[in-house]
Amino acid sequence: MSDHCHGSTDNWPELERGYRAMLPEDVLAFIDASRGREHSESMLIATLHMVQGHFGHLGPGHLEAIAQLMQIPLAKVTGVATFYHYFRLQPRGKYLINVCLGTACYVKGAEKIAQKLRDELGIHFGETSKDGIFSLESTRCVGTCGLAPVVMIGDEVHGPLTPSQIPTLLEGYLARAAEDLAPAAASDSR
Amino acid sequence: MSLPALDFYRSMTDRVSKTLAERDMENKILIQVGSATCEHAAGSQVVAEEFVRHIRASGRKDIVIHRTGCTGRCSREPIVGVQVPGQILVKYERVNRDLVHRIFTEHIQGSAPVMKHVLDHTTAVLPEREFLFCEGSRCQRSGSNLRETFMAMLEARGIEPNRVHVAAASCFGVCSLSGGAPATYVLARPEKVIYRVNGEADLAAILDGHVLGGQVVEALRVQEEPIALEFLERYGDVAFFNRQSRIALRNAGVVDPESIDEYVGLDGFKALATVLGRLEPDWVINELTKARLRGRGGGGFLTGTKWGLARKQPDTTRFIICNGDEGDPGAFMDRSMLESDPFNIVEGMIIGGFSISAQKGFFYIRAEYPLAIRRIQHAIDTCRAQGLLGPNIMGSGFDFDLEIRLGAGAFVCGEETALIRSIEGERGQPKVRPPYPTDRGLWGHPTVINNVETFANVSAIVRYGGDWYSRIGTEKSGGTKVFALAGKVRHTGLVEVPLGTTLSRVVNDIGGGVSGGKQLKAIQTGGPAGGFIPAAMQDMEVDFEPLQKAGSIMGSGGMIVLSEDDCMVDIAKFYMAFSQEESCGKCTPCREGTTRILEILERITEGKGVMEDLDKLHRLSRLCQRTSLCGLGRAAPNPVLSSIKHFREEYLAHIQDKHCPAKKCVALIRYEINAEKCIGCTICARNCPVECITGTRKEVHVIDQAACIKCGNCFDVCKFAAIDRV
Ligand SMILES: Cc1cc2nc3c(=O)[nH]c(=O)nc-3n(C[C@H](O)[C@H](O)[C@H](O)COP(=O)(O)O)c2cc1C
Ligand code: SF4
Ligand code: SF4
Repeated sequence: MSDHCHGSTDNWPELERGYRAMLPEDVLAFIDASRGREHSESMLIATLHMVQGHFGHLGPGHLEAIAQLMQIPLAKVTGVATFYHYFRLQPRGKYLINVCLGTACYVKGAEKIAQKLRDELGIHFGETSKDGIFSLESTRCVGTCGLAPVVMIGDEVHGPLTPSQIPTLLEGYLARAAEDLAPAAASDSR
Repeated sequence: MSLPALDFYRSMTDRVSKTLAERDMENKILIQVGSATCEHAAGSQVVAEEFVRHIRASGRKDIVIHRTGCTGRCSREPIVGVQVPGQILVKYERVNRDLVHRIFTEHIQGSAPVMKHVLDHTTAVLPEREFLFCEGSRCQRSGSNLRETFMAMLEARGIEPNRVHVAAASCFGVCSLSGGAPATYVLARPEKVIYRVNGEADLAAILDGHVLGGQVVEALRVQEEPIALEFLERYGDVAFFNRQSRIALRNAGVVDPESIDEYVGLDGFKALATVLGRLEPDWVINELTKARLRGRGGGGFLTGTKWGLARKQPDTTRFIICNGDEGDPGAFMDRSMLESDPFNIVEGMIIGGFSISAQKGFFYIRAEYPLAIRRIQHAIDTCRAQGLLGPNIMGSGFDFDLEIRLGAGAFVCGEETALIRSIEGERGQPKVRPPYPTDRGLWGHPTVINNVETFANVSAIVRYGGDWYSRIGTEKSGGTKVFALAGKVRHTGLVEVPLGTTLSRVVNDIGGGVSGGKQLKAIQTGGPAGGFIPAAMQDMEVDFEPLQKAGSIMGSGGMIVLSEDDCMVDIAKFYMAFSQEESCGKCTPCREGTTRILEILERITEGKGVMEDLDKLHRLSRLCQRTSLCGLGRAAPNPVLSSIKHFREEYLAHIQDKHCPAKKCVALIRYEINAEKCIGCTICARNCPVECITGTRKEVHVIDQAACIKCGNCFDVCKFAAIDRV
């Protein structure tokens, strides 16, 4: 398959090796498997999900590697990646905080929760805290309106929240982040 | 008949009954813990772990944990049910670690339920028996008298209401099963028996035989099993649940979402076996048409007609898609169904695939729903392993498979043509219709797209018949609708009621009315594409046409309750900001129209509005409605137009008096400290983020209005109500 697109480029094997080195194994296996299938280009969004799941964001290099390996024009890959809000082109912190600004949360005071988070973290929506631990985003409805107002941190939903609970909530994640780091640091020093 | 599909089903049920018998759940103490996104958020996983520790420590083998999905009773989660054999299931609300310990020691080991924490605190002591009398809100026969008569009879015999509890419940749907013989149906718990009652003599027989004699009165017993029997048996005592009629949600909170055996044990895949046993696609389509099942994704198109259209196409490569994008901010019905009863949705899709002769189906689920994705994937894999998906399903010769595709956070992808492009791997921008997807959809082939809830109803219709389903709803729309009740309402959660039920019944009787003792102002339905129904119109019947006539839409089922504290201009602005952000930008009226409308609304809420703005809003809205390409742009002005229609005076207050009656619009309010009430506790000064409150301890504090950012922190923290919002 790859031959007919890149046949004229004699250095394709070398390039391919370089692109493959940029993506994790499971993504490569997924791309290889989908290449043989009908409508393989329809697996683009799934591939972007996997890559973002692995790296936390989609960098320019990732997009190019995906485009080359899936044989989809880079313009289209970029077009798709920028169309969908779920895809992030910038790196983000260890924990992504998504403040739900859906209707139920909005009428239950989500704005105040958002303000408290901005104050506590000292960052705005779309930014990452200096220590690289938290990124702050807003989202439209995570589908747990019964618990409004809610905040989603990573895959976990918290609610109903009041602004005064925010500091404790963040401390919990900070502690978790410290725990995660501690053993790694120990093994580094060895 | 010994068709392969029926044989397959028989051997499947035989195997399942054996497995279930081996588990011997009937004779064990079951601890039922909900597992769904909202239950997890409320802490159900910690609770489950805590129970496991307790069971292990006690060394008892007769206590097991039963995982279920969620019942949709969000505001009381985590909910834990304790089922002691022969007793009524006791449900606890807001269970935490400490309560686990009490439940375990006092109830399970000591057989004294912790009554104070029982869901909704319905009773002071646990009743031995319960009799639920059906009282459908739209039913013609008079059942309430019989219920009262029965209560009087119990009292006359000196039986305490504590011991034998009598309650009203919504329609069980038994009458429509038995050909409509007018009668009152009574569910007796914990025996799980349904009686048909025609008068006092029957009541006396139940009193003597069942209540006093402890024997089921076989002569009055109904043989038909209503669809939600298992649900009613477990939750029928709770007003929030027993006023509902559960069809799409019948297994939610009953079945383990990751156990195909339990699903089969609740007659799962019986409908599929029927369909594959008959091998007549037109029969299925005909039943759906008779059922008058209308698409639950918002449009309300007749599902039978849609399937029929796809089936008539000459192109034989066909697809079926389940729309699980659920973008309406304020709706979570689809998430709950996917998480709590995944096999039912899969079964509905296989039946759909067969009926239109599709080879392949897709679930399109938004990436924000990781648990729903996991559960559906698990259901698909399990079905494939058991011959319910893949080649030669149930030995019938029908080949069909399913695959999940993820959304990526674009609301417009819920629109069917955009969704198709998204599955194809493109930017999700809508296309002009016609051609409709049933003519040319996914990769140019005939495609049926239906909402999750639409599929959730299919197996029920096949099993109980289209006529049965149609009798439950209104003349134009059969069946029930699930609403996601949220906002300023006491009991938030999922509510499934027959179409034609009044809004007031949903919000007040089931939802418990507005929270915090406030006045109801309006009910918002249909999300960003919908509108507001003012409190004065709350007796309106919920159905596609009446809602549209009132300037709103049914939509997918989001229902947000708004109180006197909510500003209608502000909420309209909220929805417009949503639509503006989500507009895909393909066509000008929507891209520019939503932006300009939003600007005007922002101006009005900032106190800079002029009277002409109202005319401009009208003109722009009409333009956007008439000339946009897809439903997003065409419906985006609805919240604005309907709020102007019903709450014009609020707009006038903002524009002419520069006043926000609900005191919500920041630019139009001020915070002031009432010198008479302030005791000088200093809390407000310490909580003001811009430090604009001055004053010393025990002296009246003052806010510097020039510096105040109107965050309202001081208002929230003052314990002496000394801060006024004016
Ligand atoms: C902007 C927009 C968003 C939509 N979002 C959804 C959605 O999230 N879920 C859904 O089922 N239908 C949604 N729809 C409706 C679909 O286009 C389609 O009508 C529906 O999925 C058909 O299924 P049904 O016949 O079962 O209702 C949306 C429509 C528009 C215009
Ligand atoms: S109406 Fe709006 S969302 Fe729909 S195609 Fe046009 S710009 Fe896109
Ligand atoms: S919090 Fe209330 S009582 Fe305390 S100083 Fe402020 S206004 Fe006065």
